[in-house]
Amino acid sequence: MFFTYLRRELRRRRKAALVVASGLALGIALVIVVNSVSSGMNRAQDEVLESLYGLGTDMTVTKAAEPPGEGETVRRPRFRFDAKDEGDDAEQSSDIVMVQGFETLASSTVTEVAKQDGVAGAVGGLSVNVMKVDGEFKRGAVQQKPGQGGPGAGGGAVRGGGADFDVDSYTAYGTDVAHQELGPLTSSTITSGRTFKKSETDARVAVLDSAYAKEKNLGPGKKLTISGTDFEIIGLATADSGDAAADVYLPLAQAQKLADAKDKVTTVYVQATDSQKIDGVKETIQKNISGTTVTTSADLAETVSGSLSTASDLASGVGKWLSVLVLAAAFLVAGLLTSAAVSRRVREFGTLKALGWRSGRVTRQVAGEALVNGLVGGALGIALGLAGAWLITTFSPTLTAQLGGGAGAGGGGGLRVAGPGGGGGPLRDSAHRALDIALTAPVSLTTIGLAVTLAVTGGLVAGGFGGWRASRLRPADALRRVE
Amino acid sequence: MYQLSGVTKRYRRGKDSVNALDGVDLTIEDGGRLVIQGPTGGGKSTLLQMLGGLDRPSEGSVVLDGTDLATLPEARLTRVRAEKIGFVFQSFNLIPTLTAQENVETALVPLPGLKARERRERAGEALAAVGLGERLRHLPGELSGGQQQRVAIARALVKRPAVLLADEPTGNLDESMRDEIMEVLEALWEEHAFTFVMVTHDSALARRTRRIATIRKGRVTVKERAVDAA
Ligand SMILES: Nc1ncnc2c1ncn2[C@@H]1O[C@H](COP(=O)(O)OP(=O)(O)OP(=O)(O)O)[C@@H](O)[C@H]1O
Ligand SMILES: [Mg+2]
Repeated sequence: MFFTYLRRELRRRRKAALVVASGLALGIALVIVVNSVSSGMNRAQDEVLESLYGLGTDMTVTKAAEPPGEGETVRRPRFRFDAKDEGDDAEQSSDIVMVQGFETLASSTVTEVAKQDGVAGAVGGLSVNVMKVDGEFKRGAVQQKPGQGGPGAGGGAVRGGGADFDVDSYTAYGTDVAHQELGPLTSSTITSGRTFKKSETDARVAVLDSAYAKEKNLGPGKKLTISGTDFEIIGLATADSGDAAADVYLPLAQAQKLADAKDKVTTVYVQATDSQKIDGVKETIQKNISGTTVTTSADLAETVSGSLSTASDLASGVGKWLSVLVLAAAFLVAGLLTSAAVSRRVREFGTLKALGWRSGRVTRQVAGEALVNGLVGGALGIALGLAGAWLITTFSPTLTAQLGGGAGAGGGGGLRVAGPGGGGGPLRDSAHRALDIALTAPVSLTTIGLAVTLAVTGGLVAGGFGGWRASRLRPADALRRVE
Repeated sequence: MYQLSGVTKRYRRGKDSVNALDGVDLTIEDGGRLVIQGPTGGGKSTLLQMLGGLDRPSEGSVVLDGTDLATLPEARLTRVRAEKIGFVFQSFNLIPTLTAQENVETALVPLPGLKARERRERAGEALAAVGLGERLRHLPGELSGGQQQRVAIARALVKRPAVLLADEPTGNLDESMRDEIMEVLEALWEEHAFTFVMVTHDSALARRTRRIATIRKGRVTVKERAVDAA
């Protein structure tokens, strides 16, 4: 009888059931969408961070920023060209290789970091900027005006002097070829040729980012000349996120030679033994190795700005509150509607009690109806939420992420110069990078589980309200003159 | 057998209180028939509620077959209602979403040890006894008022109760259906010999009934008279 009655009620009072169900459905769908968008945001953030750090890196160690001393000027690159005699059209070329951010740590720091508690691995790397200037300088020629003569007339003009320059700036990263499990190159896949051999610690070989190689029309087997040193290009790497950490990858020792930074690194990439204890490891390193700045993924994430960050704030702030609010409202409405439905059926339940139905049986009947309503609403909500998440993933709106933006360290001309108060280390190597990330809304099993739990809870809340109302009815209500 | 003594039912309305029943003493023999009459608001429905264990008196005792319904614990009172008492209401009180047969079955649900099939069979028989053997699968909304009340009568009697209480069973019906319902009830009473208490204004039936109770302002007066030779 329980199921017959239940079935009949739900079928014949479909509209009322649908109102309760769709309220719950809306709330649950919202929870699913907000949840999955949130995890999509996290995924996007991870992607951004990964493109900077590479896989597996939990934190980086860089030199602590020091404000420049009094009277100390910010170092600037300087080029020297000779103006050649007329007729000498030979192109001149000059490469300036500078350590990115101009701040370095001793290579020994890497071993020191590796020794700290909670550190599973530490690998050093050197980021450098290469500025290549190609061009010619012509000496001007003094020309006499015809008709005017005689020294001292001073009517000549300098003509034809000038310069024709091509400035090309790119980034290179000196990677520890003996320890390739950490560092920026891990977030790229070798798509042509090969990567470094462990033995190539001091070899004149280079791996190029495929986008840069394409732009410069370079490829495996060709040569790349930096500051007069020829490097054989052995492979191309394609960044998984579409945005590479560097244009050129070199063995660390070679990069150090080029930048005149022997035994120096800019960044130490650190993997913790336990990803749950990153903050503790950060503290240990900072305490034991003075003059360093430790930046965790979480720290870096805070420097992400742009629409990704805005959307992510929205999802975790407004979205969360909105879904909690809608859900609470849906629960309340479901409860009140069920309760109101019981009020409209006072005589029906009074009659059943008059027929000898125990209070518990009537309550169970009412609660059962409400529970099924809740489950229907939950199923509907899950379907709606999945559809929403699917739509977002299908249309995947593009979000931009700016890294290290607004940190105050301004660099002109494409070169970044560490200015006073130039923020933390990673800001310096990340420069102003903007990444386009497609937003997805992956639905996890946990999210589905949460939705099912909410559906059942919604049903129980509604059933509780209704059942409680029904249990308080008296059999004499059967005789009440209502309607 | 019913033995009511000093039954008072007081309803509170704010500061005032109304004695819907006021010291009612009444005895009803097993298998007997009692018609209750009286002006509106006199306390007829209230008396029926006391007899049926739907509510408890404020004072006095309602003893049915040696058990005082006034003080019986709720669970046992519920069982008395389930096993011994059948109700027929003025407004039928059928469950609109259940078929005629399922409505009748609801009266058998609280009875222990009854299988679903037995329940269905007995409900079918009870409906056949009131002339609705062909309407088992109809919903209340698809039946006329008289037919609905016959479903309600089948529901009241399907469990073979010792007592049938009817509160103006023809009150919501038009004239043509009233006699039909009264005939059905009388025939069933003749056949099953349950104790039959009915609130009604139907004078034709009253003329055929030996005991008539009149309630005015909560007080009962019982008239016993010779029955008209119908
Ligand atoms: N639940 C209640 N709360 C308050 N007063 C009530 C309640 N039920 C009945 N009464 C009052 O008790 C008195 C008797 O009511 P009852 O319904 O028994 O009268 P009745 O004889 O059945 O009238 P009618 O012929 O109109 O059905 C009336 O004054 C009524 O207002
Ligand atoms: Mg009445």
